[in-house]
Amino acid sequence: MRQFHYPRSEAEAADIVRSHVASGTAMKIAGGNTRALMGNPVTADYCLRSTSLSGIVQYNPAEMVMVAKAGTPVREIEAALAEKGQMLAFEPMDHRAVMGTSGEPTIGGVFAVNSSGPRRLSAGAARDHLLGVRFVNGKGEVIKAGGRVMKNVTGLDLVKLMAGSHGTLGFLTEVTFKVLPAPPVSETVLISGLGDAEAAVAMATVMGLPVEASGAAHLPVTVRHRYLNNRLPEGEATVFRLEGLKASVEARLAKLVSAVAGFGLVSRIAGPESRILWQEIRDCRAYADGTSRPLWKVSVAPSAGHRLVAALRLEAGVDACYDWQGGLVWMRMESDPEADVLRAMIRSVGGGHATLVRATDAVRSHVAAFEPQAKGLAALSARVKASMDPSGLFNPGMMG
Amino acid sequence: MGETIKFLPPLAPVLARRQAIIADLKDLLPPECLVHEERALVPFETDGFIAYRNRPLCVALPGTTAEVAAVMKYCHRYGVPVVPRGAGTSLSGGAIPETDAVVLGLSRMNRILDVDPANRTATVQAGVTNLSISDRVGPEGFFYAPDPSSQLACTIGGNIGMNSGGAHCLKYGVTTNNLLGVRLVMADGEVVDIGGKALDSGGYDLLGLICGSEGQLGIVTEATVRILAKPEGARPVLFGFETPEQASACVSAVIGSGIIPVAIEFMDKEAIAICEAFAHAGYPLDVGALLIVEVEGSDAEMEDMLQKIIAIARQFEVKTVRESQSAMEAAAIWKGRKSAFGATGRIADYICMDGTVPLGQLTHVLKRTGEIVEGYGLRVANVFHAGDGNMHPLILYNINDPEEAAKAESAGNDILKLCVEAGGCLTGEHGVGIEKRDLMGFQYAGRDLAQQMAVRAAFDPDWRLNRSKVFPLEARSA
Repeated sequence: MRQFHYPRSEAEAADIVRSHVASGTAMKIAGGNTRALMGNPVTADYCLRSTSLSGIVQYNPAEMVMVAKAGTPVREIEAALAEKGQMLAFEPMDHRAVMGTSGEPTIGGVFAVNSSGPRRLSAGAARDHLLGVRFVNGKGEVIKAGGRVMKNVTGLDLVKLMAGSHGTLGFLTEVTFKVLPAPPVSETVLISGLGDAEAAVAMATVMGLPVEASGAAHLPVTVRHRYLNNRLPEGEATVFRLEGLKASVEARLAKLVSAVAGFGLVSRIAGPESRILWQEIRDCRAYADGTSRPLWKVSVAPSAGHRLVAALRLEAGVDACYDWQGGLVWMRMESDPEADVLRAMIRSVGGGHATLVRATDAVRSHVAAFEPQAKGLAALSARVKASMDPSGLFNPGMMG
Repeated sequence: MGETIKFLPPLAPVLARRQAIIADLKDLLPPECLVHEERALVPFETDGFIAYRNRPLCVALPGTTAEVAAVMKYCHRYGVPVVPRGAGTSLSGGAIPETDAVVLGLSRMNRILDVDPANRTATVQAGVTNLSISDRVGPEGFFYAPDPSSQLACTIGGNIGMNSGGAHCLKYGVTTNNLLGVRLVMADGEVVDIGGKALDSGGYDLLGLICGSEGQLGIVTEATVRILAKPEGARPVLFGFETPEQASACVSAVIGSGIIPVAIEFMDKEAIAICEAFAHAGYPLDVGALLIVEVEGSDAEMEDMLQKIIAIARQFEVKTVRESQSAMEAAAIWKGRKSAFGATGRIADYICMDGTVPLGQLTHVLKRTGEIVEGYGLRVANVFHAGDGNMHPLILYNINDPEEAAKAESAGNDILKLCVEAGGCLTGEHGVGIEKRDLMGFQYAGRDLAQQMAVRAAFDPDWRLNRSKVFPLEARSA
């Protein structure tokens, strides 16, 4: 049975870590634990959770910056932002539906896994919005990095290092992040009936236009019906999102529509429907199917996504859909995760990485969930890990 | 020559082997690519932070990653310190060598290797200048967003070293937000590739660590950067206010209203006079502060956004509103701003600060900055990126008057302390270098710096890369 620590203060968290340094016992690090299937299974008898470190510490909308304790529910943060007409521009994904987990996602968890949604394409990833952190390192010391200003090159950027480190380098206690005005208008332009390769061309065309699309996704016919309760038009759906002030969105929409007219049948999805659609794309609705069939999140050059899928189809049972202009490929495998085949093909289309986001415990315990690195890089990463967590206390086994 | 800031003492065994090191490095590089004669070394003694200078051991100018790796391997084997250098435009002394260091200049690695419009990336060698990327991809409808004022000269390698920003980063972010991958030669000469054309790289965010690491983690020889679709049009507008307080309150109000312009630049009375005399941009001289606000998009979009911004400016009793009517006028407005440092250099010597403060603190910090400098009997010109709180007070003084120079340095330190106390940081885009190294304790506790140094040691365990920079010397023995 795993034992849980719920520190109520940063100092208490540091005390707990120091006691583990003394006893040499490892810990799993978690917030709401809603992303529990991320990474390889952690072997530890203890779990250090941030959920009792909760609350917004500072929020001044005119500064576009928020400071919150790591265990603050994302829901609470998004509600506070919405009240002032602002948002987390990187649209963190809610993993509960695809993973079949429950509980409350926390803001610390969002940054720990660097979770970004469709707007990653235009607004950047979670890590681009993280300005400052406080964390307890593997020696039990409280460390501050970054600050609460947008431009900061004062010393090494440990803030970026902590983002996406999956709790293997330190226990986040507080995060400071940039927020942005929420666009009053959100509209979607949809092209029907494009194959994966044609869709890739259409998406590259639109992203090369000065229309500031804040989303470009392709939903093949196998998944299209799962979006908007099957209310999308027949056939494949290639979708683009435009956001901003009304007059500006209208002007850009006209430009976009005329630029893609030659690709296929074009339609529009307005207002609330548009917002729901992109939320569903963010949360990978296609594969929120209640199964534990292996699900990969693959990051490649946008124009390589469809080539990867086409090549893999010849070798393995796979279904796929695309976000980030094709650069983010969600792949659900029929049964076997086919990790080696997939990773070899990623290399053959120009490189990238695959992360196993969902699988049975048995699969997760023998397939590397994160992309194995080349030798030199792996050695460097191991030294970085040792510089933050010298005794290897945090999340052993998580990143292979 | 400044004396307050110390460099690490040179390693005697390295100095003693100077001739042998030069001979050995000559074997590793094409002829003419090793600079070692006394006179030829002079240009490499300092950078944009001219108050300090040292003559390096020699300068290597490799033309390929393999040559960089060979030089690094050699220096690793013989324990020779290395200082990387791009165009040498650093304002914080980031490229000033120690006397026992080999300067590794990347200026010969100046080729654009690949432009990929479908994936919106450009892959370039580290010595490519910032502006030449936009020049190259411009005809295809793209641009590279970070635009430091020195963009005509500064290199992408240097931009990565300092995580450079520029006027337009309010909307587009700084270098770290526009960098997708690097080829890095490690301290021991090993070559690693980090990231690539994918939007996110796997594993730890080493790219994020390298960006802004001031040449202490390795030598970047190639970079893949994100390029963006060029907006249809861009229009800067001048707003003149009676007081700096009104101007900075207007900045907060614009941001708070949900409009994010591409750039909001601030100039006070002193800076306006200096820039106008130089650039003849048509800046109003009868105002206490000026904002340059730039919007982008189609004509209709820009008009819509400008009307909203003008309405906000009226709430702060804006005195002058001048929209640029032509591309030439727009260029003149930016020329005035971008030449601010150069124009100031014509009338006096100056120290340029680079602290960043939360937007809500702008008015307070601006006022206190004036009082601090006045307290030392000196003058200050303020010109900065107001939209992101990155301040650049220029403290004017006479470099040949040691007493005045000391006062200017003290005033600068007081201002940076003020920025940190206001919730900001020592440097937004110029880097710590040697200039702000000894002030790091203002911002970080000893254990915070110790953690950064431990991470640094994961890359360069022997501390040979740009070793006098960033971390206070006394913090290292602890």
